[in-house]
Amino acid sequence: MKKRSIKWTKKHLLGIEDLSREEIELILEQAENFKEILKRPIPKVPTLRGKTIVNLFCEPSTRTRASFELAAKRLSADTLNVATASSSFLKGETLKDTARNIEAMKIDMIIMRHSCSGAPHFLSSRVNATVINAGDGTHEHPTQALLDTFTIKGKLGKVEGLNISIIGDIAHSRVARSNIWALKKLGAKVTVCGPKTLMPAQIDKMGVKVTYDIREALEKADAINVLRIQLERQKKNLFPSIREYVKRFGINKEKLDKFAKKNLVLMHPGPINRGVELSQDVADGEYSVILDQVTNGVAVRMAVLFLLSQIKE
Amino acid sequence: MQILIKNGRVIDPEQKVNKISDILIERGKITRIAPSIKAKADKTIDAKGKIVAPGFIDMHAHLREPGQEDKETIETGLTAAAAGGFTNVAAMPNTEPACDNQAQVKFLLNKASDARKGKIIPICAITKNREGKELTEMAELKDAGCPAVSDDGDSVSDAALMRRALEYASMLDMVVISHCEDKALAENGVMHEGYWSTVLGLAPIPAEAEMNIVKRDIQLAELADARLHIAHISTKGSVELVKEAKKKGIKVTAEVTPHHLTLKDEDLKTYDTNLKVNPPLRSAGDVKALKEGLKDGTIDAIATDHAPHLENEKEKEFDYAPFGMIGFETALPLAAMKLIDEKYLDWTKLIEKFSTNPAKILGCEGGTLKEGKAADVVIIDPEKEWVYEKKLIKSRSSNSPFIGWKLKGAVTDLLVDGRIVVKDGEVV
Repeated sequence: MKKRSIKWTKKHLLGIEDLSREEIELILEQAENFKEILKRPIPKVPTLRGKTIVNLFCEPSTRTRASFELAAKRLSADTLNVATASSSFLKGETLKDTARNIEAMKIDMIIMRHSCSGAPHFLSSRVNATVINAGDGTHEHPTQALLDTFTIKGKLGKVEGLNISIIGDIAHSRVARSNIWALKKLGAKVTVCGPKTLMPAQIDKMGVKVTYDIREALEKADAINVLRIQLERQKKNLFPSIREYVKRFGINKEKLDKFAKKNLVLMHPGPINRGVELSQDVADGEYSVILDQVTNGVAVRMAVLFLLSQIKE
Repeated sequence: MQILIKNGRVIDPEQKVNKISDILIERGKITRIAPSIKAKADKTIDAKGKIVAPGFIDMHAHLREPGQEDKETIETGLTAAAAGGFTNVAAMPNTEPACDNQAQVKFLLNKASDARKGKIIPICAITKNREGKELTEMAELKDAGCPAVSDDGDSVSDAALMRRALEYASMLDMVVISHCEDKALAENGVMHEGYWSTVLGLAPIPAEAEMNIVKRDIQLAELADARLHIAHISTKGSVELVKEAKKKGIKVTAEVTPHHLTLKDEDLKTYDTNLKVNPPLRSAGDVKALKEGLKDGTIDAIATDHAPHLENEKEKEFDYAPFGMIGFETALPLAAMKLIDEKYLDWTKLIEKFSTNPAKILGCEGGTLKEGKAADVVIIDPEKEWVYEKKLIKSRSSNSPFIGWKLKGAVTDLLVDGRIVVKDGEVV
């Protein structure tokens, strides 16, 4: 078991932006350890026994929520799921009241997904519990970026010096932003690609290359992270049609065979719009590590829960 | 009642006065300003080491009455304004109901009169109920006491209607105050579009949403040969448009808020909802352009856009909180710290922006210490250092991002029509 010289000191995990390279590497190392544990016949350790972890999901989720719940359970914590779609949120109860009421039942950590950027920041200064951001608006999705970089490292041995392209609706993607922070801090070269209408202002100032040409995004890439396009954005004239989006930016076998490296790693945070950002043959094909991402997600989240649980008030 | 203010540095840009002088006030009016006045006064105020200036006029504030008295009333608003050095406050008409009729104007004037703090300048809506469809009866409103019209909170989206509004208002020598915002471009944005809106993941409002309407309204003001005043100017581009327009002789003026001079888009990284304002806090480059604009005279006035909101409204996720922050009580120190300490303006010029020019633009009383005029006087200690604490706030609401800030510059005394409203830093 490898041990790093740095210790984890942050009470909350709100984003990758505030993490140092060493802190990211610490999480990835811990994740490696937990990945081993998950291979055992009884994939469970007593590390967080007695701790209560609440999933407060104010937005739909399959992967992230299940992943966090499993991670907590594998660490022997008690878990609670609160889906606001079926809670007093519908009666108009505020986020602050919801969280404080749950906290009054003596819980240790709140894992929150919310449609508003900054909601975890807001919550972290209003409750005593540890707050973990499971995705806030278009701001950050730190554990996604951590498992994405963990996956790249697992497949290609390193992150430093690699060319990574993120393709899709960058403007509205928290996955893109968190990935950019993580990849840049670990020394990768990042390219973002998508329609100009879906490229946020001054993103080049985050240290990434911007291109509207899928060929450029694919040519030198060691790994690509393909983002889901929200079909409703077409109504807002952010692109004229799904057809045109697929033609220009959709990833299919033909484009990969023509432009991409032979050992390209293809990632997608899920859920996939099959036939839109990824063609059917590519989603399950040889380049895809999408299911590995999901498997890795549990280990990475175990690492995050473990490290944060060590910080006392 | 005779009041004598002694030993203060009297600064009245209107009369080009900047000199240690005494001021004698009798029966609510300025009687005399002279180097040394010997008079037996009922009250003497020693203003040694202090600045004595015409009471500030806030061209842009939201007093929330009628309709939202839980946030602020005319009384609490004017009290807070007095604490901030304002003897006159222009109240924007986006109340519930909107101020678009003479009965409501009279209501506002009566309420202010009862409060016995400062004076209210009712600003009436351009369009009935601020719906942007039909003009209000501006002639009647003017007679009732309204010097200007505005649909503040919204632009008049119909350009033809805005043109007619400018023509009609100018016939009555009323200025049209425009809140310039292209709602289509602003979409559902909550902060300035730029690097920081990208990093923070908050829906962006491009500078062009303001500039587009500033440009349009300037052209319409030229067409109508009317007076136009740009409310809460916030971008470099808008400042340039106003500068060019002034060069061409177009009758446009502009105001800026103290918070747009003090804060920038980067400050939103804390997601503090008290920083959520419309127009949004802009980039460092815009802030610099605003200060330059004050320095070279492109921007004529400083106005607070005081916008009270309840704590439970602001204690929310950023997207859900309403826009606005209070501003009366921090306006002077922030302006002094950002403009005088940073050497953009001197005290004479600052007082022009707070008093002289607002009076000129609105065409209302005040903004001067001329003999015979109403004794609306503010006394300022420019060196006083203090901490803006929540418990000091006189406004009914406390949605300010400046709570806890160390400030320099304070109002020590305020007279309205010769009546002492603030004494030794306390509202009486």
